[in-house]
Amino acid sequence: MKSNTVTIIKKEFARFFGDRQLLFTTVIMPGLLIYLVYSLMGVGIQQMATEGQDEVVALTVEHMPQSLVPVLSSFDSSVVITEQTITDDDIALLEDKELNTVLLRFPEGFDQLLTTPANPEALPNVEIYYNSTNNASARVYYALSSLLGNYGRPFTVNVPQTEEQHFDQASNDSIGAMIWSKLLPMLIIMMLFSGVMAIAPSSIAGEKERGTIATLLVTPLRRNELAMGKIISLSGIALLSGISSFIGIALSLPKMVSGEGVDYASLGFHYTTSDYLVLLLVIFASVLIMASAVSLLSALAKDVKNAGTMVTPFMLVVMLAGLLPMFQNGASENLLVYLIPFYNSIEVMVAVFAHEMQWMPVIVTVASCVVYTAIAVWGLSRMFNSEKVMFAR
Amino acid sequence: MEEILQVDGLSKTFTLSRKQQKIEHTAERRKVAVDNLSFSAYRGEIFGLLGPNGAGKTTTLRMLSTLIRPDSGDAVLDGCSVVSQPEAVRGKIGFLTSELKLEDFFTPNYLFDFFSHLHQVPDDIRAQRKAAMFERFGIDRFAEVKVANLSTGMKQKLSLVISLVHDPEVIIFDEPTNGLDVLTARIVTDYLQELRAAGKTIILSTHIFSLVERLCDRVGVIIDGRLVACGPLAEVCDGLSIEDRFFEMYKEMKGGEE
Repeated sequence: MKSNTVTIIKKEFARFFGDRQLLFTTVIMPGLLIYLVYSLMGVGIQQMATEGQDEVVALTVEHMPQSLVPVLSSFDSSVVITEQTITDDDIALLEDKELNTVLLRFPEGFDQLLTTPANPEALPNVEIYYNSTNNASARVYYALSSLLGNYGRPFTVNVPQTEEQHFDQASNDSIGAMIWSKLLPMLIIMMLFSGVMAIAPSSIAGEKERGTIATLLVTPLRRNELAMGKIISLSGIALLSGISSFIGIALSLPKMVSGEGVDYASLGFHYTTSDYLVLLLVIFASVLIMASAVSLLSALAKDVKNAGTMVTPFMLVVMLAGLLPMFQNGASENLLVYLIPFYNSIEVMVAVFAHEMQWMPVIVTVASCVVYTAIAVWGLSRMFNSEKVMFAR
Repeated sequence: MEEILQVDGLSKTFTLSRKQQKIEHTAERRKVAVDNLSFSAYRGEIFGLLGPNGAGKTTTLRMLSTLIRPDSGDAVLDGCSVVSQPEAVRGKIGFLTSELKLEDFFTPNYLFDFFSHLHQVPDDIRAQRKAAMFERFGIDRFAEVKVANLSTGMKQKLSLVISLVHDPEVIIFDEPTNGLDVLTARIVTDYLQELRAAGKTIILSTHIFSLVERLCDRVGVIIDGRLVACGPLAEVCDGLSIEDRFFEMYKEMKGGEE
């Protein structure tokens, strides 16, 4: 009995340690990936924390109390403080998210009110007007809130005095654009990728495993016709699958996130026809790339299961790329970025959702996707032609 | 007689694993599967490659059908080289082996059309040919049954039919009766004779002596990747049965080694 247990253990170990690929994907890869993912996230968070740090912010203060002058002067030179009366027009101007502005209004005679409150029931209220979609403005707002919160005297900050009063001047549209641009590209990419994953391995590695690809290979069918036919049909099906998932998400998102302080239903989701067209174009381009990449890996794989194992690291890289917009403020302006497969599509989607779409990045993205797909078709044809790849066990 | 296939110095080697190297007491990383093979086949004959398992028959047929490339040498099939014109060769041959499978999901009807399209068979000819072949092999009654649900014999008959959708001049058949029940095996061998009568050339591999005796006009005996005899069946047999003659040759070949 015992010896058979050992025999079984030995056989399992021989199977496992003898298969270098399996060894890599189960023992080495997880640690490596976690290290990479966490390091990248760390870099991203740090970058987010320092973003807007060097941008100059105009801080307008009304009724500056003497006691707070030393506190406010603790800001570095990136915050330029002016004292003047804040009008409703000044507040309205804040809606422009390009303006690095924060407005700080103290009640008249603030120091006096702290020691001898006019009304013991109502504490003096400090108002900070800002725009949360402007990084610099948001940064100074958070800094001010924490400075004032630690001041240790009884007063309140940003308590609305009327129902209409709000302190974040970002429009619902721009808050929406910010949230959508951080969230949706990742979701779209993930959905498309899972669509590709559901079909590509069984279409290529599966045909290899079942021996049906050899039947095709002895017909006069050209290898590049086979490769192109596979990639295009897989992309089309994956697109359908992705669209289905996306509709599901679009319908359930408001329900999923409602009641968390943000009223998602009121967030703007206003995009033009050309936005949608660009989105569709970029989605199709990225599906082509995904189908190409997964097809190439599947062609190398021994069977469907093996294909799944081989695609996993690749999938994680794609997911990572999808996470990047979370740490970014809008799409990159460097055109070279739009040559990086996957990431370019994500960046274009970020730009579309953030209402910042420009044509050059879209053109570079789509063109590069077409070039990469052509290279993949060439590579896949080579693989279909290679007896080592097609018939090795 | 017109030569339709000239095989000239065909060779193929495979890489060995370290452990297999030890077993074979060799420092060579490569194992010669087919060694400088040359022979010809004539139009309208059945040519048999006879040899034990592992002799290199299947490797040879796979090279002839362009699934794998020879390391050296070439074969010219109806004027087209398997090395430099593989696509043209694929259009001229029907290749049948148990390793070529049909997708379970589809029906005989669909698969016949699909492979006819790949071979660019005109629609009217396709319909005609399908009707005749399906009837000939009794597939007509199962034309809309998914391959997965067909009996093993029916699947094999369908594979044969599918490999011939384009009415090829040369039919390459690896172990034609392997795994077939007696009924299906008979149907297949009868059909091969019909094809020969229709002027087609058939190259088959087998390790079954009776099959060679019954079917082949000419035979090539292959042992350890080398062609040890080749010619008309009677000539190769030299008065013996093919079985006795084969073992004579086998002893001659292996005698020195063991």
